[in-house]
Amino acid sequence: MSQARAGRLKKLPRSMLPKGGAFRQGPTALILLLPSVVVVFGIVVYPLLRTLYTSLFDVNSVFPGSYPFVGLGNYLQALERAEFWAAIARTAYFTFSTTLLEVVLGILLGLLLNVEFRGRWLLRSIVILPWALPTVVNGAMWRWILNPSYGALNALLTQLHIIPEYRSWLGTPWMALNMVVIADVWKMTPLAAFFILAALQTIPRDLYEAAWVDGAGRLRTFFSITLPLLTPTILIILVLRTMEAFKVFDIIYVMTRGGPADGTQTIAYYTYVEAFSNQLFGYGAALAYVIAVFILFFAIIYMRLLRRGEVEY
Amino acid sequence: MRTSLAFKVFIYAAAMLASVIILAPFAWLIISSVAAPADLLTKPLRWIPAHASLSRYADIFLGANSETVATFRAAIVNSTIVAASSVFISLGVGIFGAYAFARLQFRFQRGILLLFLSTYMLPPIAILISLYLTMVQLHLLDTRLGLILVYCSFITPFVLWIMSGYFRSIPRDLEDAARIDGCSRIGALFRVVLPLARPGLLATGLFGFLLAWDEFLYALVFTSSLSAKTIPVAIAEFTGRHAVDFGMMATGGVLASLPPLVIAFVFQRYIVGGLASGAVKG
Amino acid sequence: MSAGESSGERRRLSRREFLELGAAGTGLLLLSGCGGGQGGGSGTLNALFMKQAAYSDTDVKNMTEQFQKQNPDIKVNLTFVAYEALHDKIVAAAPAGTYDTVLVDVIWPAEFASKKMIVDITDRFPESERSKIFAGGLKTTEYDGGYYGVPWILDTKYFFYNKEMLGEAGVSSPPDTWDGVVEAAKALKSQGVVEYPLVWSWAQAEALICDYATLLGAYGGQFFDGSGKPAFNTGGGLQALEFMRMTLDEKLSNPASTESLEEDVRRIVSQGEAAMALNWTYMFALANDPNESQVAGQIDIAHTPKGPAGAPGVNGSMGMAISNGSQNQDAAWKYIEFMTSQKIQNQYAKLSLPIWKSSYDQKEVVQALPQVVPVAKEQLNDMILRPVVPQYNEVSHTLQVEIQQALTGDKSPKQALDDAAKAVASETQGA
Repeated sequence: MSQARAGRLKKLPRSMLPKGGAFRQGPTALILLLPSVVVVFGIVVYPLLRTLYTSLFDVNSVFPGSYPFVGLGNYLQALERAEFWAAIARTAYFTFSTTLLEVVLGILLGLLLNVEFRGRWLLRSIVILPWALPTVVNGAMWRWILNPSYGALNALLTQLHIIPEYRSWLGTPWMALNMVVIADVWKMTPLAAFFILAALQTIPRDLYEAAWVDGAGRLRTFFSITLPLLTPTILIILVLRTMEAFKVFDIIYVMTRGGPADGTQTIAYYTYVEAFSNQLFGYGAALAYVIAVFILFFAIIYMRLLRRGEVEY
Repeated sequence: MRTSLAFKVFIYAAAMLASVIILAPFAWLIISSVAAPADLLTKPLRWIPAHASLSRYADIFLGANSETVATFRAAIVNSTIVAASSVFISLGVGIFGAYAFARLQFRFQRGILLLFLSTYMLPPIAILISLYLTMVQLHLLDTRLGLILVYCSFITPFVLWIMSGYFRSIPRDLEDAARIDGCSRIGALFRVVLPLARPGLLATGLFGFLLAWDEFLYALVFTSSLSAKTIPVAIAEFTGRHAVDFGMMATGGVLASLPPLVIAFVFQRYIVGGLASGAVKG
Repeated sequence: MSAGESSGERRRLSRREFLELGAAGTGLLLLSGCGGGQGGGSGTLNALFMKQAAYSDTDVKNMTEQFQKQNPDIKVNLTFVAYEALHDKIVAAAPAGTYDTVLVDVIWPAEFASKKMIVDITDRFPESERSKIFAGGLKTTEYDGGYYGVPWILDTKYFFYNKEMLGEAGVSSPPDTWDGVVEAAKALKSQGVVEYPLVWSWAQAEALICDYATLLGAYGGQFFDGSGKPAFNTGGGLQALEFMRMTLDEKLSNPASTESLEEDVRRIVSQGEAAMALNWTYMFALANDPNESQVAGQIDIAHTPKGPAGAPGVNGSMGMAISNGSQNQDAAWKYIEFMTSQKIQNQYAKLSLPIWKSSYDQKEVVQALPQVVPVAKEQLNDMILRPVVPQYNEVSHTLQVEIQQALTGDKSPKQALDDAAKAVASETQGA
C-alpha cells in the first residue's frame, strides 16, 4: 500500500471512528467476549468455588456431608507439615533445573535454527517432534529407556564402556528426580527454542550489520546485542515454564508415581495423593489453592513483562 | 553474511548433534515396537533386532480381536475427535474475543485478559471432584462432548492471548479500507483480518491440538468406556499391574504420537510466525 | 447411570448450593443422590473391574454374558481400569453412584466401609455360605464385624523357584525356611550360577508392603498391637526389614528390586536372571510358557518359606462389593452371587483359583492347575492381613517411604520403622 493511500485512509469518515470515547465500545466488546466467557468459565466456575469452599473444612471422605469448619486450618496445617515443604523443595528443584536447562538449551537451539543453512527446514521439523509427543508416552518411553535390567541407556553406556555394568536410574530418590528432569527437558526444550527463534526473527538485521561493521565478533555480538534483546522472551519462557512446572503431574504419574521413597513427589502429586488416596479433600483443596497462589505470583510477574513489551496499547 | 567454512562445518555438526539427541529416543521407541520380545530382553542389547516384524501394528490395524486392539482403535478415534473439536470450538469462540482485545477499547481490558489467563494457575486436581459431580449432573460423564467442553475451557484463554497479539500486529489500515468500502466490523474480521492471520491461527490451532491430545488427568477420571477413553488413558493403562509388555507399549506409544507428530511436522513453519507476532511481541 | 438424576434433584442442588455458600457453619447432607436404593432386582447395572492377568476383560465379559442369559431382565455394562486407577475411580465415582458393583482390593474395605461407600451385605451373605469359603479368604471383605463384599479372586504370593538352577548349585530340594533361602542363594551366587539369586517387587507401591507383610508374619511380628498402637518397629516387624536389607547388602537380592513391580520380577525370573522370588499365582503359567519365558518348564511353585513364627502368605485377594449409591442393589447382589458362584469359579479355575474350599478336591479344578492346587490349598488357609484401618492408604504410603529409605541405605531399619511408627500413630489416631 503506498504512502499516499495510507495517508488518505487516516481520514476515516466520522461514522467509523470509535464512538464516544473508550467506554462506548464496552457493549460490543461484551458481545464479542461473551462466548469465550461462557466456554471458559461456564463449566468450571461452580467447581472452582466449590473447591475453595471445601478447603475451609476438615473433610475426610468424598461424600458431601457435615464436616467441621476449620477456616484456614488446612492451609496452616500444610505449612506445618514436613511433607509439604519437602514437596515444595522438590518442585522448586524440578522447576529451577528444568527451566534453566530449557532456557539455555533453548537459546542454543534457537540460535542454531536461526542460521541460514541448507536443510534448516528439516532440522526445525525434527526439533518440534519431542514437544508434540504426548507426555504419557514420553514418560513411558523414558521409563523403558531407563529400565535397570533391560533399558537402552544401560545398554548404550555399557557398550561404550562408560559404566561397567547395568545400573538403576529410577531406584534412588535423587537420581529418579533428575531423570524426570531430563525427560521433561528433552520434551520441552523445543518449545523454548521456538519462542527464542521467533524473538530472534524480530531483531532487525541492521543491528547485526552495524555491529559487524564495527568489527564485533560473533560472541561479542551475541552478548551485547542478541541477549539483551532476547531478555523479555527469556523472561516469558521462564515464567511460563515455571507455572507449568509447579503443576507438573502427568509425567510423575507415568514415570515414577511419586517414588522412590517419595523422591519425585512434587507438590501437585502430593495434592493428588492427599485428596484421592487419603480422601482428605479439604486438605487437598487447600493445597491446590496454595499451588495457585504460588503460580499467581508468577502470573503477575508475567503480566508486568507483557506490559513492558507492549507498544501500542 | 560472513559464513566461513569453519562456521559452516560447526553449524552442520551442531545440527547433527541436535538431531541425534532428539531422534535417538524416538528411534528406540520405534525399534522396540517392531522387535520380538526376546530381542528386547537380551544382554548385550542388539540395536537392530534379529527378528523385526510389524506384527503388532498389523494386529492393531487389521484387527486381531483382543481388547488391547479394540481399546487402541477407539482411543485414537476419541482423541482425534475430542482434540479437533476442542480446537475448532476454541478458535471459533476465541477469535471474536481476541478481536475485541486487539481492536476495541473498553474498561478493565487488561483485567479481563488476566482473568482468563488466571485459569491456568489452578492445577486440574483442584476442581476434579467438583467437576466430576457437575459432569454427572449434566450427563456428560464418559462422553466425548464432556471432555470437549472441559478442554475448550483451557484452550480458549490461550487462543485469546495469542490471537489478540496476532491481530494487533496486523495493520489497522487494511480493515479500515474494507470498512470504508461498506463492510461491517465482523465482515472485515472475516474478509481481511482472518486470512492475514492464518499463521497465527495455525500456530494456535496446533498448540491447542497438542494441549488437548496430551491431556491426561481429566480424561483418566471422567472417561471409563471405549466411547470416550482417550489415548493417554489407554497408554497409561498399558503400564499397569500385570500388563507391562515393552514392545506393545512402544507400539501404542508410536501410534499415539503419530497424529500430533505429523501435524507438528507439517505446520511447524507457522509456529514461528504465530509466536513471533502473538506471544513474543505481546 | 441415570436413576435418581431427575431435574427435581437438580433444583434441590441449587438451593443447597446457595445455603452452603451462605453459611460458614456445617454443610448440609446431600439429598437423595447417595442414599441408594434396592431397585426391583432388574435393570441396568454398571460394574467396575480391573484389567488383570488373572481374569482378562474377555473372561469377565463371557461370565457376564452367561449371567445376562440367565437373567434377561438385567443388563450389565462393564468398565475396566488399571489397578493403579481403580481406587481413585471408586472414590471419584462414589458421590455420583456411577457404579453399582465395584471390585475392591483386600486393603480397601476398611476405608470404604467406614466412609459408607460400600454396602454392608452381611444379611445377604449367610453363615451357611460363608463356611464353605476359605476362612482366610473371607477376611478379604470383612470389617468391623460385618461383611462388605464377597471375595472373588483369592490370591497370595507364593514362592517360585527355578529347580534347574537350584540343582546346579547343589540344592536338591527347594528351601522351605527363609534361612534356607539365604543359604541356597549364597550357594547359587558363590558357584556362579546366577549373580543375584533373589529378586523382589520393592518399588514404592503396595507390592512392597505385600512382601514386607509376608516376612513380618514369618518372623512373628504384628502391624498393630492389641491397643491399636503401631508394633511393627519391634520384634518380627523389625527383623523382617533387617532381613530384606541384609539380602541387598550381601548382594543376594537384585538391586533393581527397589524399582521393580510384580511384572518386572516375572520378567527377570523368566529371563533366567533370578532363581527365587515371591509372586502371585499368575506368574506360574507365564513363567512356564515358552512364548514368554526362556526358562519354561523350570519354574516351580511352593508354599512361602517358614520363618521362626510361621509361613503365612500375604492376603492379596479382591472382592466384589455393592456401591452405596447404587439404585439397583438387589440386581447388583444377584450379579455378585452369580460371579462368585462355585459353578463359575470352577469353570475359570485355570485363571484364578476358586474361593470355595470344596472346589480344591474337584477334578475340574485340580486338572486346571495341577501343580498349583495342592500348594494353594495349604497357603490360602494361612494368610496374613495388612492393617485393617480406614486410613490404610496413608499408613501404607508412610511405610513404603520409610522402608524404601531403609532399603536404599539412607536410614537404618530401626530408624526407618521408628519414624514410620510415629507417623502412623498420628495418622491412625488423629483422623
